[in-house]
Amino acid sequence: MSGHPEALRAENIVKRFGQVTALEGVSISMRQGEILGILGDNGAGKSTLMKIITGFQPPTSGRLIIGGQEVALRSVDHARELGIECVYQDLALVGGLSIYHNLFLNREITYKGPFRLLNNEAMRQAAIERLGEIGVNIPSVDLEVERLSGGQRQAIAVARAVGGASRILLLDEPLAAMGAREAGAIIDLILRLKQRGDLAIAMIMHNYAQTLDIADRIILMQRGRITYEKESAATSVQELMDIVRREYRAMRAA
Amino acid sequence: MSTTIPTAESRLERRQLAQQALWKRVLKRPEAGALGGVILVFIFFFIMAPPFRSASAFTTVLYQSATLGIPAVAVALLMIGGEFDLSAGVAATTSSLAASMFATRVAGNMWAGVVFALLLSLSIGWLNGYLLVRTKLYSFLITLSTFLMLQGLNIAITKLVTGNVATEDISGMPGYDSAKAVFASGLNFGRGTFSIAILYWIIFAALGTWVLLRTKVGNWIFAAGGQGDSARAVGIPVNKVKIGVFMLVGFSVWFLGMHMLFQYNTVQSGAGVGNELLYIASAVVGGCLLTGGYGSAAGSALGAFMFGMTTEGVIYADWDPDWFMFFVGAMLLLGTIVNTWVRARATSG
Ligand SMILES: Nc1ncnc2c1ncn2[C@@H]1O[C@H](COP(=O)(O)OP(=O)(O)OP(=O)(O)O)[C@@H](O)[C@H]1O
Ligand SMILES: [Mg+2]
Repeated sequence: MSGHPEALRAENIVKRFGQVTALEGVSISMRQGEILGILGDNGAGKSTLMKIITGFQPPTSGRLIIGGQEVALRSVDHARELGIECVYQDLALVGGLSIYHNLFLNREITYKGPFRLLNNEAMRQAAIERLGEIGVNIPSVDLEVERLSGGQRQAIAVARAVGGASRILLLDEPLAAMGAREAGAIIDLILRLKQRGDLAIAMIMHNYAQTLDIADRIILMQRGRITYEKESAATSVQELMDIVRREYRAMRAA
Repeated sequence: MSTTIPTAESRLERRQLAQQALWKRVLKRPEAGALGGVILVFIFFFIMAPPFRSASAFTTVLYQSATLGIPAVAVALLMIGGEFDLSAGVAATTSSLAASMFATRVAGNMWAGVVFALLLSLSIGWLNGYLLVRTKLYSFLITLSTFLMLQGLNIAITKLVTGNVATEDISGMPGYDSAKAVFASGLNFGRGTFSIAILYWIIFAALGTWVLLRTKVGNWIFAAGGQGDSARAVGIPVNKVKIGVFMLVGFSVWFLGMHMLFQYNTVQSGAGVGNELLYIASAVVGGCLLTGGYGSAAGSALGAFMFGMTTEGVIYADWDPDWFMFFVGAMLLLGTIVNTWVRARATSG
């Protein structure tokens, strides 16, 4: 895996929210054609790390190197321009807008011309195609998102991120609300994207077995730090469970 | 996974199914309730107030509706963007006063006053928006504050400058005729004349609808008002959108303020108070939700039409004008209930 070019490196990322320190100096590396699995306790700082990479919030300190160049992300738009897309844990959908408007939110397809009018028909067609690709069952792309089930919404968020990601794809618990069949379809999709070879993928997950199955490399985050990192092939669910249990005992003893 | 991909045929079938219920799609539009309301209110006064039936009365009704409707359309966009503006009523008067006093006391030309008032109105809108995104307070509180401050300033500065509670007549000023032609002329149509404000009302409603439904910015207004955090997470400049819609309200009250100025030539510094609630009521009857993310510009224009008919209808029916406010309240209540009911019906299946 280490032969693949590096898509992103984060060095010593610190993030404080007032008194709370969410990240205490985290360094990670993501490689093209590789899936990184991020595991860890609730509140460990996983989502915070991700939101820093998407430009949603700036780090308190630390460096981001994207495609070999140090970048200070100015905004989500900036990150999206660099080919970084993400499925947020809360999905970041707008309930009152149609499915196809959500899929193209802030990346609307417009007609040429001075007014850049929305090309709703093109967005609708593209939405039908994209959702077909990930095998999600939805009666009509004209429906408002607020009328979908939790799993369907998650599929929309995944479809949106996958559609725009050219360099880095981040998924924050993308399978949390998925049925078994739909989760299978999403995993298939992610593995196919990995085959493409130019995309670096990171998934935040809670299911160890599933993560070891999909990811090439895993990291474990605890209380704002990375406490463990290994190639998936070189570790096991048992080993991960042992680490977490040991940590838990140490905490109770302290 | 290929077994789960819907075939082209089944997709087509579904889409056709979704398209069949045309009446449902019409009812689902936010302005459906207001359209029904307009028809009902019209029939009501048509029966109750015989003078209401004449063409000249109808142009008066349209005129009333226009003076409410021009700001109400902008207020609808603001409310879809998730915010309120209680200062809109007095801000229109601020704009008229500023134009009048700047022209007569400083510049000596009406057009200079018009431009000055535009800059001032846009700045007030900008300030409302800027305070909102900086303090993260509710727009209700911020614009309540600016409303009260403007109300005070309108009277205090007018007194200070003119020594009176109203501005002096501007009809002799240079630039008056051309400015009046733009903002407050009467257009001949068939045998009657009607105010150009009616035309502007329709243009505002059409432009507002077009921006909301056909442009990127419209999409962003819905997103910013519906779920601001989600909008931010996909990179929509939510703060700019919010400041922008506040400035749009500023623009609309400037427009109304200029119309009022050139229509009456003098401005009462205490005018405008209470109109902000009529704008909000128009927007709400027209389908806007108080929570943002939903509503219609055309609906708001129709809401203003309902209230315009009521104002004049009460007069033509020879009732005490005090009944007007009662009717506004009753219609607001009824309209909101009907809107909610229709929405629930149309979206259930
Ligand atoms: N906007 C914020 N303001 C204040 N504190 C925050 C904010 N965002 C996150 N935190 C804090 O930072 C810490 C890490 O949160 P984060 O959401 O990154 O955890 P997580 O690892 O994603 O957890 P989970 O598995 O529950 O999703 C938590 O203590 C949280 O309370
Ligand atoms: Mg999280």
